[in-house]
Amino acid sequence: MIDLEQVRKVALLARLQLTPAEEEQFTPQLNSILEYFEQLSELDTENVEPTTRAIDVSNVTRPDQLKPCEALEEILQEAPDREDQYFRVPQILGGE
Amino acid sequence: MASIRELHQQLVSKERTAVEITEAALERIHRLEPKLHSFLSVTADRALQQARAVDAKIAAGEPIGLLAGIPIGIKDNLCTKGIRTTCGSRILENFVPPYESTVTQKLMDAGAVMVGKTNMDEFAMGSSTETSAYQLTANPWDLERVPGGSSGGSAAAVAAGECVVALGSDTGGSIRQPAAFCGVVGMKPTYGLVSRYGLVAYASSLDQIGPFGRTVEDAAILLGAIAGHDPNDSTSLKVDIPDYAALLKPDLKPRRQLRVGVIQETFGQGLDPVVEEAVTKAIKVMQDLGAQVEVVSCPKFRYGLPTYYIIAPSEASANLARYDGVKYGFRADDSSNLMEMYTRTRAKGFGPEVKRRIMIGTYALSAGYYDAYYLKAQKVRTLIKQDFEKAFAQVDVLICPTSPTTAFKAGEKTDDPLSMYLSDLMTIPVNLAGLPALSLPCGFDEKGLPIGMQLIANVLREDVLFEAAYAYEQATEWHLRSPQVE
Repeated sequence: MIDLEQVRKVALLARLQLTPAEEEQFTPQLNSILEYFEQLSELDTENVEPTTRAIDVSNVTRPDQLKPCEALEEILQEAPDREDQYFRVPQILGGE
Repeated sequence: MASIRELHQQLVSKERTAVEITEAALERIHRLEPKLHSFLSVTADRALQQARAVDAKIAAGEPIGLLAGIPIGIKDNLCTKGIRTTCGSRILENFVPPYESTVTQKLMDAGAVMVGKTNMDEFAMGSSTETSAYQLTANPWDLERVPGGSSGGSAAAVAAGECVVALGSDTGGSIRQPAAFCGVVGMKPTYGLVSRYGLVAYASSLDQIGPFGRTVEDAAILLGAIAGHDPNDSTSLKVDIPDYAALLKPDLKPRRQLRVGVIQETFGQGLDPVVEEAVTKAIKVMQDLGAQVEVVSCPKFRYGLPTYYIIAPSEASANLARYDGVKYGFRADDSSNLMEMYTRTRAKGFGPEVKRRIMIGTYALSAGYYDAYYLKAQKVRTLIKQDFEKAFAQVDVLICPTSPTTAFKAGEKTDDPLSMYLSDLMTIPVNLAGLPALSLPCGFDEKGLPIGMQLIANVLREDVLFEAAYAYEQATEWHLRSPQVE
C-alpha cells in the first residue's frame, strides 16, 4: 500500500511537482493499480529467468569514430534558453 | 476511397495526377476535420510539393513505386524534420525535430505523400486518444464514441478516408485496438522488424511501428516499405524482408493446411457476447477456407495486463526523464533553481495519465520494490512467452478478439484508469512476447460499430499473418463497408 507521504516521496524522485489535489487523486488510484499487480504473486517464478527484451539480439556495437554534427544549430534552436553553443539553465551552484 | 493498387493504376495510366489525388484527400480532411479531429497538423503545402514531384516523375516516363503519390497519415510521435511533432503532449508543443525518423524517410523516398500528423494519446499512453493534450478524436462510425488508442487519429483518418493508409505505433495494442474500434486493418510487426529511430520512446522493450489500411493488402504494402534493418536502431533485426503483398492469395487451399489455434482463455468472462459471436463465426469462415482449427491454451495470457502495467511505466519513467526543460520542449518560467525548473516544467508539461504512469514506474523501480515489481514482471513475461512458444509448436496462427468490447463512449472510462487498461487485455501479451499480430474487421454490433479479430503469428511470420488475414478478408465483406461521416 502506498500512502500520501510515499506519493510525495515518489513524486520528488520523478521530479514532478504535484498539486495537493493531484496527490489526493493519485493516492487511491495508485493503490488500486498496485493492488491489481498483486495477482502476479500467484505465480511461482522462483526458477524463471527474467525477459529483458522480446527478441534476443546480442550487443550491437560500431567503431567509435568522431563525426561532425551537422544539425548543431537546428538542435540548439530547439533549446528553451541558450547562450552561444550552450544550453542555459537556472543557477546550479552557490546560492542556498 | 480507393486502394493503393487502384490509385497506382490511375496514376500510371494518367487517369489522375498525384496532385489531384492529394487535393482530394486534403479537401476531405478539410470537410471532415471539424467533426473528427484526427489530425494535429495538416501538412498541405508539403503534401502538394511531394505530389508534384511524383507527377514530374510520371511525366518524365520514370517508373514509380506502389506508394508514390499515395496520401498517408503519420502518428505524431514520429519525428518529421521541420514539422512540429508533439506526441500529443504540451511538453513538446513547439518541438520541431531537427531530424527525420527512419520510417518517414523511407516513405518519403518511396514517394508517399504525407498529408498530416495524427492525434494520439499523450506519449501513446492511453486506449482512447482522450489523453491527448490537444483534442478529442471522434470514432467515424459514431461521433460520440472514442476511436480507441493510442493511435486513434491514424485509425479514424484511415476509416474515414482522410488518407489511404497511416502509420501508428503499438506498445500494448495501440495499433490493433483502434483498428478494431474503427473497422480497419492494423498491424503490429515483430519487435525489431521496423526501425524505431525517430519514434518518441514510450516503453522501449515493447514499442513497435506498424501500418493501418482499409484492406490487408494496403497494410502489407505499407509494412514492406518501412521494414528492414537500420544501423540507427540497435534493436533492429538483420533479416530479409519478403514482398508481403505478393504473398497474398484469396484462397488458403493451395497452401499446406493452415493450422489455426483459438486461444481458449480469451473467450468467456468479460467478453461482450456480440464480439464473441462475431469472432466465433469468423473462426468458422477460416475452417470453411480449409484451415484446421483447434483450441489452444495460454494459461498465463491473463497475467499480461498486470505485467505490462509494471514494465511499460517503469521503462516510461526512465525514457521520459529526458523531458527536463533543458534541451528542447517546454520549460516552466521563473524557476529560482534547477530542481524547481525540473519539477515545475514536468508538472505543467505532462498530463494526468503520463504523470500517473511515471509515478507507477518510479515506484516500481525504487529501492526495495524492484524485485517485487519490475523483476517479478520480467519473470512473468518469460512465462507468457513460453505459453506462446508452446502454442506455436502446434499451430501457425492464433486467433482471438482484438478487444473485449466495441468502441466505448468518450468520457466513459476516463475516471477509472484500471477499466481503461482492460480494453488492451487481448493485445498486450503479444507485445510482451514481441510477436507480430494484426487486427481486421470481422463484423458489426447491433449499434453498427465495427468488431475486430486479432490474428497472432510466430516471430517474423508476418507472411503467415497476411496470408491468413487476406484469405478471410476476401471471403467476407466487412472491409467494404465504410462509415457515413457526412
